[in-house]
Amino acid sequence: MKRKIYMTAGYNTISMGTGRKEFNPKKDRPGLEHYISEAGNGVLKQIGGAEKVDESFIGNFMAARFNKQGHIGGFIGMIDPGLEFKPAMRVEGACASGGLALISGIRSVLSETAEVVLATGVEVQNTVKAIYGADILAGAGWYQKRKNSHAYFFPGQNSDRAGAYYEKYGYDYTRKGMGKWFCNDMENARLDSTAQEFHNSTADLETLYHGMKPNGKSFVDHLNVLDCSKVSDGASAIAIVSEEGLKRIGIDKKDAVEVVGWAQMTRNITNDPPDLLELTTVKKAVAKAMETAGITIDQVGTIEIHDCFSIVGVLGVEALGLTTPGKGAEFIAEGNTSRTGKIPMNTTGGLIGWGHPTGATGVHQAVTIWQQLTGKAGDAQIEITPEKPYGMTINMGGDDVTIVAIVYKRGV
Amino acid sequence: MNYDERLKHVSVLGAAGKMGSGILLLTAVEMADISLKPENKGKTFVLNAIDLSDDGLAGLMDYLRVQVQKIAEKKAVWLRQMYADRADLIENFDIIEQYINDVLRIVRPTTAMETSYRSNLVFEAVSENKDLKVKILQQIDANNPNQPWFFTNTSSVPIHIIEDEAGLKGRVLGFHFYNPPAIQKLVELIVTANTLPEATQFANSYAKSLRKVVVPSNDFAGFIGNGHFMRDALHGISQALELAKAIPLTEAIYKVNKVSQDFLVRPMGIFQLIDYVGVDVVQFIMKVMNPFLANEDLHCDLLDKMMEKDVKGGQLSSGAQKDGFLKYEKGAPVAVYNIETGSYVSFDSFSSKSDEQLGALPKSFKPWKAAVRIANNESHFGPYFNEMKTMNTEGAILAIRYGKRSDSIGRQLVTDKVANSEQDVNTVMLTGFFHAYGPVNSFFE
Repeated sequence: MKRKIYMTAGYNTISMGTGRKEFNPKKDRPGLEHYISEAGNGVLKQIGGAEKVDESFIGNFMAARFNKQGHIGGFIGMIDPGLEFKPAMRVEGACASGGLALISGIRSVLSETAEVVLATGVEVQNTVKAIYGADILAGAGWYQKRKNSHAYFFPGQNSDRAGAYYEKYGYDYTRKGMGKWFCNDMENARLDSTAQEFHNSTADLETLYHGMKPNGKSFVDHLNVLDCSKVSDGASAIAIVSEEGLKRIGIDKKDAVEVVGWAQMTRNITNDPPDLLELTTVKKAVAKAMETAGITIDQVGTIEIHDCFSIVGVLGVEALGLTTPGKGAEFIAEGNTSRTGKIPMNTTGGLIGWGHPTGATGVHQAVTIWQQLTGKAGDAQIEITPEKPYGMTINMGGDDVTIVAIVYKRGV
Repeated sequence: MNYDERLKHVSVLGAAGKMGSGILLLTAVEMADISLKPENKGKTFVLNAIDLSDDGLAGLMDYLRVQVQKIAEKKAVWLRQMYADRADLIENFDIIEQYINDVLRIVRPTTAMETSYRSNLVFEAVSENKDLKVKILQQIDANNPNQPWFFTNTSSVPIHIIEDEAGLKGRVLGFHFYNPPAIQKLVELIVTANTLPEATQFANSYAKSLRKVVVPSNDFAGFIGNGHFMRDALHGISQALELAKAIPLTEAIYKVNKVSQDFLVRPMGIFQLIDYVGVDVVQFIMKVMNPFLANEDLHCDLLDKMMEKDVKGGQLSSGAQKDGFLKYEKGAPVAVYNIETGSYVSFDSFSSKSDEQLGALPKSFKPWKAAVRIANNESHFGPYFNEMKTMNTEGAILAIRYGKRSDSIGRQLVTDKVANSEQDVNTVMLTGFFHAYGPVNSFFE
């Protein structure tokens, strides 16, 4: 890359929804404005104010339906008057919208139109019941196929993937891996006060998980609700800056992460996934991101992967090249992805534990990696060794359609 | 006439009432689901919602829309299959809206009873008045050429009396929902010596389709549910009157209510339950039952006095609890009625003294909400009541006496052949009254 790119000063709002003690679906709750403002100001405070910012990007998926609100770029000026009359736009790529906000910021800094970019992501989804939220989220798939799809569209798609995996590798074998993934997410979420499952106190998570069998009559054939990400309201934001930008905001390199490689690619949405047992686009994007970074998977110390469903955790491990096909479930079941394992993943709970405010998730992943690599993760901090100094985020929109993969290391 | 044909033209009498509206909702949904079956496409199903009150019927239609939407949201997976042939219905939202429409188009709200003259099945949920019920059913039967079946929701009148007096030989049975019908799982099914076997069979299929628990009760006034509840309530009242020889009646009512709720681990105390059902309804049911009981006087002066003061409890149409023996704030009792002064006395003014006199709950106490979730809860309640028996406090003594009485009422229902088994009595109290343990047990021996 022709310039060095850094990320720093990340901020997450609480991921609000079922699981949080303060969540009451029957009461009025804060809206988009609140979350955008809190996350944006959370960053501005750390970087010395809005005047330091050249441009802003905000990732959002479906405010037009969840909140009857378009034109989300217009809310950037609401965060602080210092952001008004500067470039600001909303970007969208379904649940990879946050990742696209990051990529947009990286491109701006690379193109030298900006030294400091504010990248935000937001979604407020608890405005509708889950059964109607499923309609809205189905917009991440091809509408022409909606008629013959499942009531719970994305759980349906991923249930098909899980079903194919059960059939090829065995039900119990697979559920063991998926169950361990769920337990890891819950245990990690309890360590981050902004996580939706922060208050989770279930004593025996494994018994809970395995006691709840998938039931296609009320939900989908091959997944239960514990296999699914949360319905969330929340926002995350982070500053994307050049070396010069770091000086401008007065933040030391060691308190920032450097973006050492990235890839963004998109599959044709009108095609079905080429292989239910493979996240083809994830696989290609991860390979390209590591290639641009000049590293191998063995050098990566922690990964934030887009586990919208536990089966995506399993398939993700395989797409990362950590195992051969069919061995992902075992790899997880053995504890390799837990916070003390070989390669800790989703150390603040991921989409199942921390939450999944869809348009914000890509940014939240970057904030978590920034926290972990710079020693700012608090109770959720894991150990980063010199042998494995890299972190990675993989943000996915739709069923393996839009992918953003980014490789980071701590600034020196 | 098969099941689907029987449900092609149905009427609910008293459809805007507390019970009638629930019966109407469940029946409308059942009929709509049948109408969606491929073999029934294009057939018109009719459900007359008959009531005297125009206002009530308007409210009923609002209630239906809200409730049908909730039901539809829960079965969206199934609905997508049922509407698979409708290319214009794509999102869950579209499908749910269509289903609401399909349910509501079956329902014909009307004040005209004549509409029931074409029905194959008539649900009766008018007020608990034998002569009124007989008169209406007789009139419909005289004008309806279909030999309709009559399912009455009476909670107290013996079915054979309705059968005889209305001349409905074999075509009437008791189908007794619990309040609120849309939520309560229990249905008491009462047949007479003449009831057509196919009517009983249909009633069982219908109940199963509604996912209800059917308990057969024999045809004695009050059946199992009220047979137990009325006597249980009389025991509570008599205990309060006994205590009132030494303390004010208000405090006595508070104590017995607390004992029957907390010490006995029930969802609500006996005076709260009387308020929930309605002082008027309880008095009325006793009045209906009493003439049929040979060696027993089911009557209570205190209830009569409450009625004289026009303090009746029951619920507002919003579902909020009206004040009765107790006064409610946000659904929870906070004061007790003083029948002498006609005003409420706040719990705060005496409860700490009363609680002290009752004594503490056993250490192994778990509130009803938690206890009801314990599987095989005998292992909890056995030791709990054993501990209580060792305590010798006023609360413990009252509770044990109460539990024993409740047990003997249950056993008597079997002896009197109202219930076929102790198990049936327990099922009624567990599912219809949400008790955490059946009244017939060995805890209080």
